[in-house]
Amino acid sequence: MHESLLIYRNMRYLKISLVLVLVTGLLYVFHSPVGSPNGGTWLGYTLGTLAAGIMVWLSWFGIRKRSFGGPAMRMEDWASAHIYLGLALVVVSTFHSGFQFGINIHTLLYFLMMFVVLSGVVGLYFYIRFPKMLAENRAGLTTDIMLTQISELDRELSDFSLTVDDETAKAVYEAVHNTKIGGNLINQLTLYVADCPTMAARIFVEQSDGVCDESTRRKLLTRLTKKEGLLSRIRKDVKLRCLLQLWLYIHVPFTFATLAALVAHIVVVFYYW
Amino acid sequence: MGERLKVAIVGSGPAGLSAAAHAAQLGMSHALLERADHASDTIYKYQKGKFVMATPDILPLRSDLSFMAGRREEVLDAWNQGLDSCRANVHYNSDVTKIDRTSEGFQLHTAGGEAFEAENVILSIGLQGNINKMRCEGGDLPLVQYQLDDPEEYENETIVVIGAGDAAIENAVALSAQNTVFIINRRAEFARAKQGNLSLILGAIDKGAVQCYYESNPLKVEPDGIVLDTPDGEVTVKCNRIIARMGASPPRRFVEACGVEFPSEDPKVLPEVSPTYESNVPGLYIVGALAGYPLIKQAMNQGYEVVAYLNGDDIPPADEPLLIEKFQAIGDVAVSDVLASIRETIPVFSELNTLLLREVMLESEVHAVRQGEDIFQRNDYSSTFYTIFAGHVGIQINEDDPSQVVELKEGAFFGEMGLISGRRRTATVVALTDCVVFETPRRTMLKLIQSVESVKRILDKTSILRQIQTHLTPGVPAEDLEDLVDSAEIQNFKAGDAIFSQGDTGNHMHLIRSGSCTVSTRVGGREVVLSYVPAGNYIGEMALLSNMPRSATVKAANNTETICLSGEDFSAVMAKNNILRNSIEAKFRARLRQNEQMAARPEAGNIIQFLVEQGVGEATDVLLIDETLCVHCDNCEKACAETHGGLSRLNREAGPSFASIHVPTSCRHCQHPHCMADCPPDAIHRAPDGEVFIDDSCIGCGNCENNCPYGVIQLASPPKEKSSLLSWLLFGKGSAPGEEASYEAGLLAERTKNGEKQEKDLSSKKAVKCDMCKDVEGGASCVNACPTGAAARVSPEKFMDIAMLSQ
Ligand SMILES: Cc1cc2nc3c(=O)[nH]c(=O)nc-3n(C[C@H](O)[C@H](O)[C@H](O)COP(=O)(O)OP(=O)(O)OC[C@H]3O[C@@H](n4cnc5c(N)ncnc54)[C@H](O)[C@@H]3O)c2cc1C
Ligand code: HEM
Ligand code: HEM
Ligand code: SF4
Ligand code: SF4
Ligand code: SF4
Repeated sequence: MHESLLIYRNMRYLKISLVLVLVTGLLYVFHSPVGSPNGGTWLGYTLGTLAAGIMVWLSWFGIRKRSFGGPAMRMEDWASAHIYLGLALVVVSTFHSGFQFGINIHTLLYFLMMFVVLSGVVGLYFYIRFPKMLAENRAGLTTDIMLTQISELDRELSDFSLTVDDETAKAVYEAVHNTKIGGNLINQLTLYVADCPTMAARIFVEQSDGVCDESTRRKLLTRLTKKEGLLSRIRKDVKLRCLLQLWLYIHVPFTFATLAALVAHIVVVFYYW
Repeated sequence: MGERLKVAIVGSGPAGLSAAAHAAQLGMSHALLERADHASDTIYKYQKGKFVMATPDILPLRSDLSFMAGRREEVLDAWNQGLDSCRANVHYNSDVTKIDRTSEGFQLHTAGGEAFEAENVILSIGLQGNINKMRCEGGDLPLVQYQLDDPEEYENETIVVIGAGDAAIENAVALSAQNTVFIINRRAEFARAKQGNLSLILGAIDKGAVQCYYESNPLKVEPDGIVLDTPDGEVTVKCNRIIARMGASPPRRFVEACGVEFPSEDPKVLPEVSPTYESNVPGLYIVGALAGYPLIKQAMNQGYEVVAYLNGDDIPPADEPLLIEKFQAIGDVAVSDVLASIRETIPVFSELNTLLLREVMLESEVHAVRQGEDIFQRNDYSSTFYTIFAGHVGIQINEDDPSQVVELKEGAFFGEMGLISGRRRTATVVALTDCVVFETPRRTMLKLIQSVESVKRILDKTSILRQIQTHLTPGVPAEDLEDLVDSAEIQNFKAGDAIFSQGDTGNHMHLIRSGSCTVSTRVGGREVVLSYVPAGNYIGEMALLSNMPRSATVKAANNTETICLSGEDFSAVMAKNNILRNSIEAKFRARLRQNEQMAARPEAGNIIQFLVEQGVGEATDVLLIDETLCVHCDNCEKACAETHGGLSRLNREAGPSFASIHVPTSCRHCQHPHCMADCPPDAIHRAPDGEVFIDDSCIGCGNCENNCPYGVIQLASPPKEKSSLLSWLLFGKGSAPGEEASYEAGLLAERTKNGEKQEKDLSSKKAVKCDMCKDVEGGASCVNACPTGAAARVSPEKFMDIAMLSQ
């Protein structure tokens, strides 16, 4: 029923972008300017203007994404076109520059733009891979349900730990009260859990054979193992969801930087004409 | 026992009050008997500060008491003052338990042992009914209560809640936050509760927050506890408080005991009354909600009128000017003449009494249509019913050739399929001459079908023929279908009922009129769903064509009505008609092929099964999210909030998932919306494109919220103005796009500043739900705003495609 971004509308925007790239390439090949090709020839200006137009349009996506209920162009259209035109921009701007790179503002612009494109490609990869992984990881549960199940397990753990020796009780207490799910960004992304009190408690109970009576020990162990499983699910969930947003925090600020550099580029070019 | 009264009025709701006030005004001897210790108990029980509406606005008020839209307290004060100043004779705490007929009139008995003699009785007891009380020993002890206003009032108590309905569950769960709570259920499960409440209570019991005694009954209440009869013997539970929520019994039994007859067994049906509101018992009058007029103003008008009639005054009904205006389109004719000629020309309406006919006409629209104009078009989503008062109309039966029309003359009706299936119109209807047609809302017609036998009879016969012609045998002349129609029979199935089962013998065919079905077969001991069949299609042709036992089981996916056709009669029709035979056989082969494909892919069948279990079968348009695409950006919710006053009408994350299809909590625009069933001002409608929406006349009673089984309606305060996107971007003014608009914050500020303001804000809440963005350019914002294409709105016809495509 649902079409992914890449194949949306029979890849209409891929086709448009390919045509654009092809025309640009042909023009570039058959264009023989005086001297080497560069942004200063008529073709250079044309392609530069085209590139700037695309650039601005791509950035406009950020605004468009936040204005709802407007005229009927679906966001999926925008997104699909955004991706393919963004990729086409690589070709258009490269031909525009005529491969004249140096240490200057123009080349800075070029690399900033390439970085935005690169981050876009990474983001797209996330968009395509992660939803499925998220769904599989959740196995039909929602975050809310998982959290309720954890608090349920915590309640049971607290109840059972009333009858055990102090040390076990302390480990379980830690597991119930001091287990963190999110933590800082690094924790979220690396799934770093070496000091997870739930894991510690599980290992402790596993190894403390014979300290408390066997049936309680078994009960504690199953609860702790279950909780650990849920925790790792939730942590993976958090990680994936975090990444799905995180890349935009690179993509968007660099978009602004690129726009600023573009303005500088144009000013410089006209100034030194 | 005192003097014999001219009239005794039972129940002091708006209808009873108004009657008593007019009787006092006229100096007629009367008594107003009210069960509660205050007037108008139904309105007294509204939420504190609730804003009471005076709909319908166009209807003039005719009463000696005043009534204007306003807060509950103001309305009640005005009535109490009015009653005092006109010296009405009111008896509070007088619960009338019995009304006997005597040779001179009636004798009324109250629970307190009083008796009243009266020549006439006006019953205005509304529809709220009697709260079921505890009948065991000690049931009147002070620890027993029947209502719970504010669960937060109680702390650290042990509380026993008796009952298993929604009210009992909601009370028990709310109380369990601060108290030890037991719930007593007469049965082994909570069968009567809404889905949401069911999971709520089972969760609470699972967690130990609420303790439940199943299959248990109260035996005895003691001053500090209750004795229960449980499957494990008698158990005593010590407690501080007992809250009995055992429902209310509708007033029908009491009314019947007074000698009043009801037209049918249907629990929704109300007694019939004459144009002067007299029931079948002479001298016993019925007004207000019990007579089928569910709004305050109507009830007050009737209270006044019925007393005026008793007094011998011949006043035209209050709606006379409205009808005059309505009939303007017909010409300058007196209302009574128009009504008479309606009865004469239109058979469906011919047996209605004057009061009912007036009501029907008030709710209907009169259209004067010029020759050649469309009345409605194929694929429109309206569900109204049309009758022809004058002129001829044509039904275009062939989509591709508009010149093929079936002509209907005055007296005939059309559009009746809208009453049954709640799906799109199947044909365009045009005026062949200038004509006058009446358009009657579905709700009004359904009420008529329930209460007037002749309406149902006439409708059924004609609509069976037309449905067979439309969906099964297009192009076959009506003469050839006579036997088939005569032997046809309408059958009803509840969700999950089998229409027939694999291996059954029998060759009936079923044409699905409303609802939908799943077709399944057993493969290796497992049930595999092969197909989903929506309304307007037939099933059962395979056995007929192949002369074999049923090859599959067909079950109703939701409440389903079919026309059951005799196999022999249908074979006879096919024998005469080659084209028909060929088309049925082609369909038969296509189905065989599809069944094979589906049997090879049980996952696809499981998806259908899942969707049906989620109640999606009764949807016309449901939001589905493909989990393999959704990046959880919540742009869909933001878009909905942004286009709907800051409050999202969909909850993306909530709701079940299966095989990467997620059904978020959002309106499904049901074929027969449950939410519409019981809306006092009739504020919920279906727009031409199928959107179910709530208009401004919503009075915030909350019925729809309770009635929607999918929990998609919320009660919310009206939205505040939102600042523009630009001013948010540039100056950080107002709320971010999609954020719960600033009125939430505004409300908080008001709360701290001014307690009174807050109350007003809360009490003017109205119901909100997804309206399919019918007023938003470009349609469903949630779908348009989804950047990945994960969100889609689909109709049941597409379920098969979804199932086939999904992995
Ligand atoms: C939550 C809610 C909100 C609503 N909001 C609005 C609104 O804003 N505007 C509007 O127009 N309508 C509204 N309605 C509908 C309106 O309340 C009813 O249509 C109206 O009250 C019907 O009036 P009535 O006189 O027929 O019956 P009721 O108002 O129900 O009055 C019946 C009275 O009879 C008494 N009684 C019953 N049995 C006996 C007996 N055996 N002996 C003695 N007394 C008895 C009862 O105690 C009660 O006082 C709302 C309904 C609800 C439930
Ligand atoms: C996304 C948009 C753009 C990118 C990435 C870009 C990039 C570049 C690069 C890398 C060069 C080569 C620099 C060099 O020769 O040393 C260049 C040259 C040039 N660009 Fe652009 N450019 C863009 C838009 C524009 C626009 C909009 C204009 C004009 C209106 C323009 C005008 C020029 C000119 C005139 C030159 C030649 C300058 C020179 O040779 O010194 N460019 N551009
Ligand atoms: C110079 C080129 C580009 C610019 C200026 C640009 C700019 C932007 C901006 C402003 C947004 C809006 C982000 C937000 O507000 O949430 C965005 C989103 C996005 N971009 Fe780019 N982009 C560029 C190239 C690309 C490329 C090449 C790709 C992919 C191959 C890409 C993929 C995306 C995706 C997937 C989104 C998120 C869509 C969403 O979640 O709504 N972008 N981009
Ligand atoms: S609000 Fe509920 S009952 Fe009404 S149409 Fe929507 S899903 Fe159906
Ligand atoms: S269709 Fe419109 S109103 Fe309905 S959920 Fe989507 S955005 Fe909200
Ligand atoms: S807008 Fe689309 S991708 Fe984003 S959360 Fe909603 S359904 Fe998922």
